[in-house]
Amino acid sequence: MSQKVLLNAKEVNIILHRLACQLIEKHDDFSNTVLIGLQPKGIFLANRLAKILKEDYKIKEIKLGQLDITFYRDDFRRREKPLEANTTEINVLVEDKNIVFIDDVLYTGRSIRAALTAIQSFGRPNEIELLALIDRRFSRHLPIQPDYRGRQVDVINNEKVKVNWSEQDKEDSVYLIEK
Amino acid sequence: MNELSVNHLLGIKYLNKKDIQLIFETADHFKEVINRPIKKVPSLRDITIANLFFENSTRTKLSFELAEKRLSADVINFSSAQSSVKKGETLVDTVNNILSMKVDMVVMRHPNPGAGVFLSKHINASIINAGDGAHEHPTQALLDSYSIREKLGEVKGKKVVIVGDILHSRVALSNIFALQLQGAEVMVCGPKTLIPKYIDKLGVKVETDLKKALNWCDVANMLRVQNERMDISYFPSTREYSQQFGVTKSLLDNIGKEIIIMHPGPINRGVEITSDVADSKQAIILDQVQNGVAVRMAVIYLLASKIKQ
Repeated sequence: MSQKVLLNAKEVNIILHRLACQLIEKHDDFSNTVLIGLQPKGIFLANRLAKILKEDYKIKEIKLGQLDITFYRDDFRRREKPLEANTTEINVLVEDKNIVFIDDVLYTGRSIRAALTAIQSFGRPNEIELLALIDRRFSRHLPIQPDYRGRQVDVINNEKVKVNWSEQDKEDSVYLIEK
Repeated sequence: MNELSVNHLLGIKYLNKKDIQLIFETADHFKEVINRPIKKVPSLRDITIANLFFENSTRTKLSFELAEKRLSADVINFSSAQSSVKKGETLVDTVNNILSMKVDMVVMRHPNPGAGVFLSKHINASIINAGDGAHEHPTQALLDSYSIREKLGEVKGKKVVIVGDILHSRVALSNIFALQLQGAEVMVCGPKTLIPKYIDKLGVKVETDLKKALNWCDVANMLRVQNERMDISYFPSTREYSQQFGVTKSLLDNIGKEIIIMHPGPINRGVEITSDVADSKQAIILDQVQNGVAVRMAVIYLLASKIKQ
């Protein structure tokens, strides 16, 4: 199994700051915005962005939630093993809010499709945007594109993008792994 | 991820400790779902479930039906009172006729012990036992344990007394299996005539003095006297039964600690439990009902995920 570094810790950090600035450009003081990390890995990215917005860009209040899409997936019973659910925590009203979905890798778009259905259980948002750290080009199964992207990469089918976060793995990094 | 070790839920007897843990963890997620503004997930859109009730039920039937609908399954209902069973059709024939309409899962309550096991040998669908005679009622035991876990943090090491008509109770047997699997101590308490012989062989304590039992336990699960299953008289009168085995406020006030009172319903107020106890803060009877939907959603979801396309 060979692997290639796509982004190292420094590059991840620069990209996170750029994404934070792009969010500020659109969402100003975030008073009507909710950042939603998608379980399982998107929550690390969402937490990190919220931290940068608060500490480095002095945004007073960031509304943050985490959404699990397990029960909304379209591949239930099509897999060998059952899907494991994660915690959903949305303690704010999403009605009329501007939602930003945050996920680490955008691949087929099916998780985002599920997330779009899932979020409707919590109300009717004003607008939903998508932020992805890694956008795998030419691999979409659905017409879904990110509004904010960290890095766009071309990945062939037998390769996998792995995002590591220092909270869970040892370091911040993005690898391209051959399966 | 782990999956259940079984393809049917016929009884707690067939489950292991990991299965129960998996069901509870999944139920935690569904409990969050049923407290959302929109309490429904689309997971089981392509599953059809038949609820076959060959015996009366209100709570269990509603709870299963709600759980199925919250998972977006298609549901058909059947109760024997208005069916061809009265015309002499056999169980296997009835169920096979229903299954030929492309049903994936069967939830069945039946007056005969072992009906679920029998059916599982003859048909090709997942079966959930919703009570078979005086044998087992696995989802009730799961929701009882889930409610104890929710209230006390864990089931392990807790002392649980099951009070009342143990002889005719499927809830008692399933609860004994479920509680012991999770490492709780179990006692049964009731009139000698309503305690099965050799029940101590299951590793449970037997007590005929309610006051002693309540002093010993952390949780008391009160069972209903099942008059409809009694062909002979097991105690002199209802009044005498409630004096000896009914839980009252003054009895609870005198034991010097706060214990949890559970009841699988339906309650006979003034017989096994007085109204002030049933409506007190110590009683978690309505929490049990709410947890019932989440636990049944978890069981149905986990079994459905084993049905291959």
